[in-house]
Amino acid sequence: MQEQAASRVLVCIQCGKCTGGCPESGRTPFNIRMLVRKRQFKYAIEEALPWYCTACNACTLRCPRDVKPSEIIIEIRSSMVEEGNIPVTIQKALESTFVQKNPWGKPRSKRGDWAEKLGFKVPHISETEHKRLLFSCCIHAYDPRCMVIPVNVATLLNKAGYEFGILGEEECCCGNEIRRIGEVGLFEELMEENIANFKEYGVQEIIALSPHCMNTMKNEYGDMGIKVVHYTEVLSDLIKEGALKTEKPLESGIIYHDPCFLGKQNKVFEPPREILKSLKNVNVHEFVRSRDISLCCEGGGGRMFFDVEVPYQRNGEIRVTDAQKAGADTIATACPFCLMNLEDPAKEKGIFVKDISEILMEVI
Amino acid sequence: MSEIHVLVIGGGIAGITAALELASCGVEVTMLEEGPSIGGRMIQLDKTFPTLDCSSCTLTPKMVEVALNPKIELLTLAMPIEVLRESRGFKVKIRKRPRYVDMSRCTACGLCSDACVMKGRIRHEFDCNLSKRPAIYIPFPQAVPQKYLIDGMGCLFISRGKCKKACVDVCGPNAIDFSQKEEILERYYDSIIVAPGFDLYDPTEKKELGYGTLEGVLTGLEFERLCSVTGPTGGEIKLNGKVPRRFYFIQCVGSRDRQTGARFCSRVCCMYTAKHANIIKDRIKDAQIYISYIDVRAYGKGYEEFYKNTQDAGTFYIRGIPGEVVQTKEGLLVRVEDMLSGEIREIDTDVVILATGVRPHKGTEELCNIMSLKKDEYGFIKVNATEPSRTNIEGIFVCGMASGPKDIADTVASAGEAVARCMEYLKE
Repeated sequence: MQEQAASRVLVCIQCGKCTGGCPESGRTPFNIRMLVRKRQFKYAIEEALPWYCTACNACTLRCPRDVKPSEIIIEIRSSMVEEGNIPVTIQKALESTFVQKNPWGKPRSKRGDWAEKLGFKVPHISETEHKRLLFSCCIHAYDPRCMVIPVNVATLLNKAGYEFGILGEEECCCGNEIRRIGEVGLFEELMEENIANFKEYGVQEIIALSPHCMNTMKNEYGDMGIKVVHYTEVLSDLIKEGALKTEKPLESGIIYHDPCFLGKQNKVFEPPREILKSLKNVNVHEFVRSRDISLCCEGGGGRMFFDVEVPYQRNGEIRVTDAQKAGADTIATACPFCLMNLEDPAKEKGIFVKDISEILMEVI
Repeated sequence: MSEIHVLVIGGGIAGITAALELASCGVEVTMLEEGPSIGGRMIQLDKTFPTLDCSSCTLTPKMVEVALNPKIELLTLAMPIEVLRESRGFKVKIRKRPRYVDMSRCTACGLCSDACVMKGRIRHEFDCNLSKRPAIYIPFPQAVPQKYLIDGMGCLFISRGKCKKACVDVCGPNAIDFSQKEEILERYYDSIIVAPGFDLYDPTEKKELGYGTLEGVLTGLEFERLCSVTGPTGGEIKLNGKVPRRFYFIQCVGSRDRQTGARFCSRVCCMYTAKHANIIKDRIKDAQIYISYIDVRAYGKGYEEFYKNTQDAGTFYIRGIPGEVVQTKEGLLVRVEDMLSGEIREIDTDVVILATGVRPHKGTEELCNIMSLKKDEYGFIKVNATEPSRTNIEGIFVCGMASGPKDIADTVASAGEAVARCMEYLKE
């Protein structure tokens, strides 16, 4: 797997396409093209620079020479991790993940606590017939704002009669961010633990709540023989089949923000939109930068754990302004990272940011 | 050598050169062109680099020479469908599509086009679909043969059996003939020269560049038609009736690009973009022009000087390929790193022109199948460096872009080489 992911730093022709499309260039000191160049010749790299990368992958998706600049960032970070030369906040996230299997260091025993908020009992995966696993992200499990999302999705699946189970405290961090931070060893440990669990319980399908978990399990866990989907794909199918009815009208203008790990990286563009379009009295708007060219929220690739000291206009603010220009009162998204990053600027401007599952809960 | 017949497939500058050279050697030539007129890609161009000569002025005399040369038989709307080895030559089956216009009667007066009920309703391929034409038409004023034709798909009478047939009413010489059918000809040729030419990369899949979704994003060939006097605007550079002032060119779109499977350099884009910049500077004095490039490949005779003159004229070259083109209120915005300074620039523009790369002509694959010709990894006809016109089949030669990207000068040279090889083969 590591060989496949290896970058091709030597064949870079310095065309600059990566910098032109990078959500960080211009407004921050981060210059992806320059970092690739420095890596080519092993020049010294300023400590803070590699941590600006949000792992949105726009550079790798567009690179004409398949250099995989986003993988080069991971290589640069890896060397820094090995030398122990990394920002304290990142160091803390790594240590916490090592001990408690989540970057915030919250107790592992509480990982499945969200399920207690449900009005019904969610079975452990081993007790289910179809072996469909609802996999929550660490953010969903521990962040008070995001905890509502697994509750919502579980409620919706239950309502539609779609059987599923959970791992509870056996669930551990997927490692998507850990790999991007450069701690490849820890990533592999997490991956192995997860795969061992999936195998033990004969998991057939993983319904990932976060596009980040979905991405790494689908593309970086190797061939597990398990179908990995995002929850919006399942819910969109259930709505189409009529198993989930979205009857209550919702007077709202909603604009959908494509999460990078769901959209441009895994090409899941339609299911979230289909869900929104199925709602009564809802106007669905589109950003000018949507789908493949969606603007990153700046939450991925370890940015959640890295405090940028230089002040600059965040993409979240730009996104909120663009949403208002498009005539929307609500930004819908399907990723906990996007939710958190868009919500702060949105509150200031008086516009809502909701997860797709939250919107669905309002109409059923 | 009066008994010798050679088939030339393709009526572009490569095929035309080969046919004329063969004829001058005393060989009987049949030229097949799948479209309604010869001229190929070159006749679509407004000017040629690096001299800025008028493309039609150079090519039209040669096209007419093909039509008038008694040694050359020109078959348009015609393609080979079967090629079989017979002794040292080839038995060839040719499919000739109906023109629905009697070539011996049509005087190219044009009354039929004006009368056609489909006038202005069918997308005109020759203008890269930037203009609309009738169902009965001549692709461009200098077309050879100077004969109209009916496009069977667009014609209401042919496709649906229902039309008032105004074209028939106005046609003085009674040239329109709906009864024409497809013909299959069987011929023997001693040798074959193939010159099917090229297509251009379709940049629609490069979402970040906005082709097909954003108003004002064009390909180089589309821009060429906008500059051409025979084009949709009569040579005035106009978009939606307005003269744009700000132009942004992006090089290497679909060339040197693993994403699109084309790792090669298309060899013509650097210079055709410089040519476009020169044309703009000539016609729109206050134009602002940026060209984004990775490397400027000015390898041919006079090319480096041409590049310098383009810069002298006030065109800004930015080293760095844009990552994004987005719509703004006033037009388009290009986001690019000016790599040589490290500045991230956001440049407002009215038009973005993509220098799309070269691809084998879509018919090349079929042609290779029926002739058992080998292709290279990109689908161009396979040749080796020391014998650049010799294919894997003895007696079949290739010239022009069919074997890989070439500029016009190299294409003409390759046609000469193919003829030399062919004559050598015929002499044996």
